[in-house]
Amino acid sequence: MKSITRQKKPEEIARMLGTAKRVAVVGCGTCPAMAETGGLREVEEMATLLGEKGWEIVSRTVLPVACEPLSYEAREELTPLLEKAQAVLVMACSLGVRMVSDYTDLPTLPALDTLFIGREAEPGFFMEECAQCGECLLGDYAGICPIVHCAKGLFNGPCGGSVGGKCEVDPELPCGWQLIHDRMKALGRLGELSLVRPYKDWSKSLSGGARRARIPVPPPEKAGDEEA
Amino acid sequence: MKSGSNLEKVLEAGYFAVTAEIGPPKSASARVIEAKGEQIGHAADAFNVTDHQTGVVRLCSLVACTVLRRMGLDAVMQMLCRDANRIRLQGDVLGAVAMDIRNILCLSGDHVKFGNHPEAKGVFDIDSVQLVQAVRIMRDERKFICGEEVGSEVPLFIGAVENPYADPFEYRTARLAKKVEAGADFIQTQAVYDVPKFRRWMEEVCEAGLDRKTHILAGIIPVKSVGMARYMQKYVSGVEVPDELVKRLEGAKDVKEEGIKAIIEIVQEVMEIPGVHGIHVQAVGWEEIVPEIMERAGLLPRPVL
Repeated sequence: MKSITRQKKPEEIARMLGTAKRVAVVGCGTCPAMAETGGLREVEEMATLLGEKGWEIVSRTVLPVACEPLSYEAREELTPLLEKAQAVLVMACSLGVRMVSDYTDLPTLPALDTLFIGREAEPGFFMEECAQCGECLLGDYAGICPIVHCAKGLFNGPCGGSVGGKCEVDPELPCGWQLIHDRMKALGRLGELSLVRPYKDWSKSLSGGARRARIPVPPPEKAGDEEA
Repeated sequence: MKSGSNLEKVLEAGYFAVTAEIGPPKSASARVIEAKGEQIGHAADAFNVTDHQTGVVRLCSLVACTVLRRMGLDAVMQMLCRDANRIRLQGDVLGAVAMDIRNILCLSGDHVKFGNHPEAKGVFDIDSVQLVQAVRIMRDERKFICGEEVGSEVPLFIGAVENPYADPFEYRTARLAKKVEAGADFIQTQAVYDVPKFRRWMEEVCEAGLDRKTHILAGIIPVKSVGMARYMQKYVSGVEVPDELVKRLEGAKDVKEEGIKAIIEIVQEVMEIPGVHGIHVQAVGWEEIVPEIMERAGLLPRPVL
């Protein structure tokens, strides 16, 4: 499980649709299908709901993996499905919405809120695990991310609001620092928690516009080329 | 002397120090700060001004401390990692020194959830330990976090906080040691009601030798009413109010007087604990009670150095 999504409220979807009356509904067969927010069944339910409220549903379809680019053939199949629509309601994560907007000039509207990268900790209960900060700290914190699991994202230990293993922000929420402490202790690494951690380089995170990456990193130009 | 602040002088001279908190108003009135300063200015060695405490917007600590400095009072400016990034924080440190503020208290800050703008984004670019370290390096090495030079002296007495009642209990002393290593000259603790637990923690602190590297000031929050005691017991994370205290107040004819008596008893017990160098009284919204408590605890007059 990776991208965790939740359906927007019907009022919010109605607000986005605005004057568009003919709607194509597009779901995603991967994360939203697993989270039951935008798979086959949810697309049907959304179409029925909108139909009952007066919208005309021109088509409904589920892309197998909405975040992957569609093949030429698949695009050919999608085009007629969107033809009569005035808007496309996409039941996928934000990346899925973004991809669908490459296939059409119609407004592509998110039916889901993209919440976080996480896992299904228990059936129907999802837990965030990654803030995509750009420089993974898990190695220094026994596999528990202080940015995600501490409500203040503290790097140097728990605040004064950690009580009985819970966070002051929500009595149901485990204190990330209690988790880190306990696991570091079990690993015999408590001593490392006495070191003052270096300042986080947030320039690798959300501070520089859309992040870009070439993977694998292209090799540097040969030294010989520079000399020449 | 690192800063020459009154608080530093009092502590270095070996006196039992008293700091008191002044809560700024939800207004632009410097007069409110002045009035509080006039009312309790004689009853403590330095005055902390909170900075948007519990996430509620108020007149900022930097300016309120400036008002107190103009009155000749020693001020402790509180700085939060919640509301500013490293650029703003370091800039405010310079601003504080420019306005003759000589003490600074570095905190993470209460989570925005508890404030009056719960939808605000918490910044937390750096954390409180890193802030302590940054200010210490500004002072001792005249360098910003980026390594560039600071163009003047930064004489500051640096404070941090610790909560002996929070968890994981066995990590609290190590975390304190980290703050001291980062550069904390003094530590103000969360409110002490459960004195035996505080004593146990102080034993650990002394065993680790931290009492000789920093000055620990025990937090004191006067209790005005049964309702307040119950509220703190239930809703203020990390504050442990023993049932006995609540019962004692419930059974009292004059609750306010009983509350003052109980607090004075705590102050006197805390004064006897080895390694405790002072107290930090947080009577926010009830500042006028500070002189009476100090008088009756035998802590007035304050030393003039």
